[in-house]
Amino acid sequence: MNRTSTPISLARRSQAPRLRMDTSVDFRLRDLFTVGKPVIPFLTAGFPTVSGFVDAAVAACDAGARALEIGMPFSDPLADGPAIQYSSQVALAGGITMPRVLELTTRLSARLPIPILLMGYLNPISQMGFARFARAARAAGATGTIVPDCPIDEATEWRSASRHAGMANVFLIAPTTPDERVALIDAGSTVFSYCVSVAGVTGVRRDVSESTRRFLRRVRRVAKKPYVVGFGISQPEHVRALKLLADGFVVGSALVKILRESPKPRAAAGVGRTIGALVRAAE
Amino acid sequence: MVNEKRSSASDPGYRLAPFLPRPDRRGRFGAYGGRYVPETLIPALKRLEADFKSAWKDPAFQKEYRRLMHEFAGRPTSLYFAERLSSHWRRGRIYLKREDLNHTGSHKLNNTLGQILLAVRGGKKRVIAETGAGQHGVATATVAARFGLECDVYMGKIDVERQAPNVARMKLLGARVIPVESGAQTLKDATNEAIRDWVARVDDTFYVIGSVVGPHPYPFMVRQFQRVIGEEARTQFKQQIGRLPNLLVACVGGGSNALGFFTAFMKDKSVRMLGVEAAGCGLHSGKHAASLSAGRVGILHGSAGYLLQSNDGQITVPQSISAGLDYPGVGPEHSYLKDSRRVTYTSVTDDEALAAFTALSELEGILPALESAHALAAVRKLPARRTTNQIIGVCLSGRGDKDLATVMEAAESGGGGKSRNKS
Repeated sequence: MNRTSTPISLARRSQAPRLRMDTSVDFRLRDLFTVGKPVIPFLTAGFPTVSGFVDAAVAACDAGARALEIGMPFSDPLADGPAIQYSSQVALAGGITMPRVLELTTRLSARLPIPILLMGYLNPISQMGFARFARAARAAGATGTIVPDCPIDEATEWRSASRHAGMANVFLIAPTTPDERVALIDAGSTVFSYCVSVAGVTGVRRDVSESTRRFLRRVRRVAKKPYVVGFGISQPEHVRALKLLADGFVVGSALVKILRESPKPRAAAGVGRTIGALVRAAE
Repeated sequence: MVNEKRSSASDPGYRLAPFLPRPDRRGRFGAYGGRYVPETLIPALKRLEADFKSAWKDPAFQKEYRRLMHEFAGRPTSLYFAERLSSHWRRGRIYLKREDLNHTGSHKLNNTLGQILLAVRGGKKRVIAETGAGQHGVATATVAARFGLECDVYMGKIDVERQAPNVARMKLLGARVIPVESGAQTLKDATNEAIRDWVARVDDTFYVIGSVVGPHPYPFMVRQFQRVIGEEARTQFKQQIGRLPNLLVACVGGGSNALGFFTAFMKDKSVRMLGVEAAGCGLHSGKHAASLSAGRVGILHGSAGYLLQSNDGQITVPQSISAGLDYPGVGPEHSYLKDSRRVTYTSVTDDEALAAFTALSELEGILPALESAHALAAVRKLPARRTTNQIIGVCLSGRGDKDLATVMEAAESGGGGKSRNKS
């Protein structure tokens, strides 16, 4: 059953002619949920290397990924498990900075037809300045952001900066989030929200538990916008188990593991295969 | 005497004076503080805020807290006139608030006792903590043992190696010490790991934060549990010398002993306050831990405040001879007090702190913690005075036994703190 009515965009349409920048959210993001259930890979910018990252992103897109999350590495990623922590450290040691992330975003957005979301922590964003970062990210071709250490209560300034730049805000919903907060987050997220499958950090997990299904059923009752599910999604069985309970799937740590463990020429193909299997499971 | 007064359950001295910067509804001291944590923790933090509020007002809770502070921790700690040090340095009459005499050898126990009472009240069976030097870990393990709670302490792998005695103490107290190998393997990474643990086990676990840092309500709650330091000192100053001090001095890492010492004096306009950060090898060397003196405002571990960071917003690794001051952030209330200028902040180097360590040991027979030696060193740097009418209160936040290896190593290499900074 596809319950996704037209998602309500909070973005201001660019009616004012003096604004040169288009401040509406990218149509590719708005249309992401109109057909099927998108599989969204997460890749840390510059991991394992710049070219390895670009190849993996291209392979994922070719395999049927419908959107791409680019991780902006941070020294203290407290919502991430060991795999993504490791990838962030490697990327930072390899000289990835916020301007470099935006450069890579520009390269990929020119090459790939799918919408790009940036995922990262608030401190590096705030050091660049909320408004400046949001404008630069939009100019680089990103369509929105996910900031795991910025809950909706702290996001007033960040949301207004994003809105003015035409960037979507995707907020997280956790199993511990009570119903009234689910409604609040659902209303505050621009196109869709992001359900964290378990109380915990990112990482590969073996099974999808019954409590995850219960949690997603609860969200389904309350949320008006689509939502994706992430954290611990790595196998086609996970996607099949949650297919009717979510509108899309994010896979991250599993890809980082492939990139970390496979020799370079085969790494991108491995990412493509994993994404392909998940895409088929989501059909 | 003092304790008798404190043990009255309705003691208004523990309530916050109305004009003090109690955090606002969003948990902020001015522009600082807040709750920048993953969504999973938000409901738990809201519940904690409500639990703390109701416990703090509950006479039964206050009574139990005071009783344990007296009978278990040995409070009140004394206020001691350091006569020989005063006449040697000629900066005024120096009074030491002897938190080194508190059980476990530092002020940390005041806070862990309060938080673990709260954990027990909330029915939690497991507590976790982060620790740098190990003092907060030991204080948490101590109280967890007293209440029969499971206790896991996260500690950077480098700190585990260089603070072996405290690791042994925690193990003897029945706690599990988990070495953290991520990031820079020090206090900030231990804090990340403790937060990750809490995210995964928020239902059955209470996170005992060791300083006035982290997401709201921690900075406020920890300060309230540490206020007792200044409240005792204020009464003791009045009793012993019949007046209030002119100047209070305390070291600032996260800043819990400083806020505990200062808070009771906030409305005494005549009392000036000095917070002392660790300048490591010097502020210009880049190897220091002086977030307020040399950092920029940012967001770390759930709150906004001054931070040591790169231009790109990555957190940098702080350095100090004192493991307890080795933290890249600082409590949001300190950030606020710096801007409001109610408290002045300064910094002293490793070498200056070591000289103060030696001076106190030789002149007064007290081995201070290296953290507390920073506060003393700042007194030494005040202009000399001919008269003795200036009264200086110094918070001697802990004792120095834990630092013997560091101090001996520095003495051997002759170059003060430089030897340690290889890490």
